[in-house]
Amino acid sequence: MPYLLLATIKTIIVVAILMHVLAYLQWIERKVIAHVQLRVGPRRVGPHGLLQPLADVIKLVTKEDMLPSHVNKVFYFLAPFVAVMFALIPMCLIPFGGDIRVFGIHTTMQVTDLNIGILAVLGLSGLGVYGVALAGWASNNKYSLMGGLRSSAQMISYELPMALSIASPLLILNTLSFREIVDKQSFFYFGFLPNWSIFHSPFPQILAFLIFLIAGFAETNRVPFDLPEAENELVAGFHTEYSSMKFASFFMAEYANMVTVSSVATLLFLGGWQPPFPQQYGSWLIPPVIFAISGLICFYHAANPARPFDRYTLPVFGVIFLGIAGVFLIPAVQPILLPLFWFSAKTGAILFVFIWVRATLPRFRYDQLMRFAWLFLFPVALVNLFATGLAVALTAK
Amino acid sequence: MDQILFLIFAAIAVICAINLVLQTHPISSALSLIGVMGALAVLYLLLGGEFIAAAQLIVYAGAIMVLFVFVIMLLNAGAEQKVKRRVWTRWSGAPLLLGFVGLMAYVVQVLLPPSSGIRFGSFLQGGPQTIGTRLFTAYLLPFEITSILILIAIIGAIVLARKEID
Repeated sequence: MPYLLLATIKTIIVVAILMHVLAYLQWIERKVIAHVQLRVGPRRVGPHGLLQPLADVIKLVTKEDMLPSHVNKVFYFLAPFVAVMFALIPMCLIPFGGDIRVFGIHTTMQVTDLNIGILAVLGLSGLGVYGVALAGWASNNKYSLMGGLRSSAQMISYELPMALSIASPLLILNTLSFREIVDKQSFFYFGFLPNWSIFHSPFPQILAFLIFLIAGFAETNRVPFDLPEAENELVAGFHTEYSSMKFASFFMAEYANMVTVSSVATLLFLGGWQPPFPQQYGSWLIPPVIFAISGLICFYHAANPARPFDRYTLPVFGVIFLGIAGVFLIPAVQPILLPLFWFSAKTGAILFVFIWVRATLPRFRYDQLMRFAWLFLFPVALVNLFATGLAVALTAK
Repeated sequence: MDQILFLIFAAIAVICAINLVLQTHPISSALSLIGVMGALAVLYLLLGGEFIAAAQLIVYAGAIMVLFVFVIMLLNAGAEQKVKRRVWTRWSGAPLLLGFVGLMAYVVQVLLPPSSGIRFGSFLQGGPQTIGTRLFTAYLLPFEITSILILIAIIGAIVLARKEID
């Protein structure tokens, strides 16, 4: 029974954090895109628009749920559930940190560890395409159908380079369990260069990392591969006929898929929760220093306010940041917070790239998308896999 | 716990399989088939075949069935027409099927040696490492022959598809 209790508590924590991350990811996306385009972004609801996600959720929940008369009802209702379910399940396999001890209970910072972890994540997130395909088909609308068809074709095509790019670091790491994958990247060359897969010495996996990231953009239907919902040709693609919470669940599934892809990239290529240089050279000082600097910047801008009410809001953020910096200095919580910090920092950096690309790149044409997958990405991934296999075979003892 | 999970997922597999035959619309049938594949993957997992479970999920439920659904959607296949059959063909099906299944169960019971009983959690050889080692040592020849067979199938598919383009 303690196992069940522990698993339940961990699941609740992960779900609670994930839901907030998904909500605020959207706020961050709007803010970042706004700043890239020289706008200010949402700032009406709460200080700097920080309560905007809450307002969005209330708006989506209270909106009228339209049911078009011409849809296939069963599949129309089933599709958003399928999409959101297979986007959220893989999260329970992602580890956020190493072994920890809380109140005398020894546990891992992960809901469950499978020795086929990465395969399970691939398989489960691959099923998410049914949500999109079904939504497009059940809507009984030619734009939706086109969106659903494009989405299934795109996902089948990009799953190949993605699987091949995952295979090459797995050849080096020699395991499928996420926990062991990260443990094998914990060692440092010459005492300071991290042994992450993208820096691995016989054959660095930078190419595989880039292929994985590009295929990840396509798998999550993000710009520049968001053909399934290309608004200037397909209205809104597969979710044209959806409104209210059903629309919101497609939205949530897209962001959850983004988080999963970024987490898997972090674990496989960037060493998971391992710091970029060893503990004894002071890598544990980086998070408190970053938060302290953020706090001081807040205080500086509060002293020289650009807008009148910055004088009152920014000191609050400054105190919060300094408080977080202080928490990072407490030795008792460091084994929990430091892995979490590095994991979130790396995943967050990849998520930022997702948003950055959305703000800068135009959309591909559909034939370009397919040609790119089959004639460029797939052969490159294959060559990379062969080269890595050769390197591994030659260096094997 | 294992028994309860087995019963739940076995029931899902059987119900989905029956639904697959009963549905008239191809999309409903395809989705029922995905249900069968998913439930089978869980059954493999319960028996300790972790790698097979993941492969089932990725290859069958993921890749192959996506292609099925894609083709059905692309061709926009409609619901199949129910053909009026004679009364006796409609009612003799179920007893015949029951008789056939009973016969099969009897033959399996008699022919197969009395097994020591398959227990949940007793099989520990289903991990990717064991399967990989076995594939590349004991079963290398069948493995290579299968890959050549699949290669031939791919080339055949390309040749057949090209003919239509020219």
